[in-house]
Amino acid sequence: MSLGSSIAGLFGRSPITPLQQHYETVHACTEALVPFFEAVIAEDWERARACQKAVAELENQADTLKREFRKNLPNSLFLPMPRTDLLDMVGMQDRVANKAKDIAGLMLGRQMRIPAAVAEDMLVFVRRAIDASAQTMTAINELDELIETGFGGQVVKLIERMLEELDQIEGDTDEQQIRIRATLFTQEKDWPPVDMIFLYQIVDWVGDLADRAQKVGGFLQMLVAR
Amino acid sequence: MEWLVEHSTTVLILAGLFGFFMAWGVGANDVANAMGTSVGAKALTVKQAVLIAIVFEFAGAYLAGGEVTETIRSGIVSSDAIKDSPHLLIYGMMASLLAAGIWLAVASAYGWPVSTTHSIVGAIVGFAAVGIGMDAVKWDKMGNIVLSWVTSPLLAGFIAFALVKSVQKLILDTENPFARAKRYVPFYMFLTGFMVAMVTMTKGLKHVGLKLGGFESVGYSLLIGLLVAVIGAILLTRVKEIPEENRNFRFTSVERVFAVLMIFTACAMAFAHGSNDVANAVGPLAAVHSVLMSGGEIGAKSALPHWILLIGAVGIVFGLALFGTRVMMTVGKKITELTPSRGFAAELAAASTVVLASGIGVPISTTHTLVGAVLGVGMARGISALNLRVISTIFTSWVVTLPAGALLSILFFYFFKGLFGG
Repeated sequence: MSLGSSIAGLFGRSPITPLQQHYETVHACTEALVPFFEAVIAEDWERARACQKAVAELENQADTLKREFRKNLPNSLFLPMPRTDLLDMVGMQDRVANKAKDIAGLMLGRQMRIPAAVAEDMLVFVRRAIDASAQTMTAINELDELIETGFGGQVVKLIERMLEELDQIEGDTDEQQIRIRATLFTQEKDWPPVDMIFLYQIVDWVGDLADRAQKVGGFLQMLVAR
Repeated sequence: MEWLVEHSTTVLILAGLFGFFMAWGVGANDVANAMGTSVGAKALTVKQAVLIAIVFEFAGAYLAGGEVTETIRSGIVSSDAIKDSPHLLIYGMMASLLAAGIWLAVASAYGWPVSTTHSIVGAIVGFAAVGIGMDAVKWDKMGNIVLSWVTSPLLAGFIAFALVKSVQKLILDTENPFARAKRYVPFYMFLTGFMVAMVTMTKGLKHVGLKLGGFESVGYSLLIGLLVAVIGAILLTRVKEIPEENRNFRFTSVERVFAVLMIFTACAMAFAHGSNDVANAVGPLAAVHSVLMSGGEIGAKSALPHWILLIGAVGIVFGLALFGTRVMMTVGKKITELTPSRGFAAELAAASTVVLASGIGVPISTTHTLVGAVLGVGMARGISALNLRVISTIFTSWVVTLPAGALLSILFFYFFKGLFGG
């Protein structure tokens, strides 16, 4: 017997927790880039392969969560924020993981070596890009509080402060990117040109990673500002 | 009629059985919806919820249920139309109880969200309109009742919206929500106690034989409200802020403050439900009783005997104990989204609306009122996902329940008429 279904049936599955879980997976995927880069710098391709596999697997998981999220968001739900925005948001979150997977895939596929002169900077750069993703995650985790207070000003302010910090982190990655490029420029004549072109691309992509994480934050700000 | 009066004990026992059956249905179905909110918010365990339901359903039925019982007993069927054939009212009321009880059992088995109020009102209108004649139904009064089925969820939704907004402004959206919660929550407790007491004193107590003046009522209600607030404030002193638990969700400690408030609103909810829905089972029984006792005179004012109320109350407790606990658990599990700070608003809004309706003697659906209140919370952007399909389910259940109750009761009406003689 299933009695009294009208009250129980009134509550749809909250989209907030799945949205947060999705980003957690996305972030885990970006974090997996650190051991991967370490392996690449050490030119331990066995380990790099294992690390790339981990990144790809997390990206797959994020994809599954994204699909499920979309499936569980029917039109008949009444949500505190526009449904289309939530659907867009999960798509943007997913793009962060996609970039991480692309980076690992390309680097492993070409067995790209990183010149010792930029190795240290490169690791710092990757870590900072991941910091941007972490900051985005913290802001996303405030979504429950936001709904509890009915989009209250205090939480909105808190999220805005978090996003300001995110902008700063992203700014850091821009500077690091410029520095790494400058160092690479001094090295490039000693390396095969094709390798160098692809290395520039990787630097670009890591910057993209931070950029995409920041875009998620920017979208969150739009969602909150209404 | 003579035969019926001669065998009045037998007839009363039969009617009592049907009334018990109906009350059992109310207990199994409705109460779980009303109390499930508190269980879902983890403010109460299922056992505590059942205990509160037993005490306050009874109190509500006894202290504030008189007006609605009066409406069901003599407000829908016109006494003029049946003063020459009072036995028809007895058949009809018994048929209504049986019809509504069976319909509830069937609907519950299939999980349809039907309202006990709609079942019994549909059944009474059915036997009166078809079995006696179209003019036997007080259509103007019926119009008001049906209108109240639309306005009550709206009113509850509006109150809930206002309550949630006030909580967001006063407590949640501040620098130190925990301290604010401790300061303002007793005020909501006062509101809960005052509202229930006020309606009961002005409207309900006269059916128990107590008469209070308007001024006295306000005074006593203020006192009761204050008393509730003081008890609540004492309970609140035991709630301490634990910074560790707020790491994942900043309002965890605050929610524990609201959980205390929810104990009070749960009591109010059970009281409100008792004051309105017990009448669904007790009202027809009271009608049968008063016709039999007056020897066939319709509309004679007779005090509601205590045993009739007892049948209603015990029936509800049985339904609750046998099925209600399980339903409460299922309902509770599905609505964890309704945290105490939101759940209390829904409960207080629904309870206020239902008690108000009880005061003016309008039988409304507690469940639908609660649905309206929850939607009100959602409108304040307080709930992350509401399934709006429920609204259409509710309308479907309206469209089905009224004729279904009517049809069954017409069937039973003619059955009794054939059995006992017209």
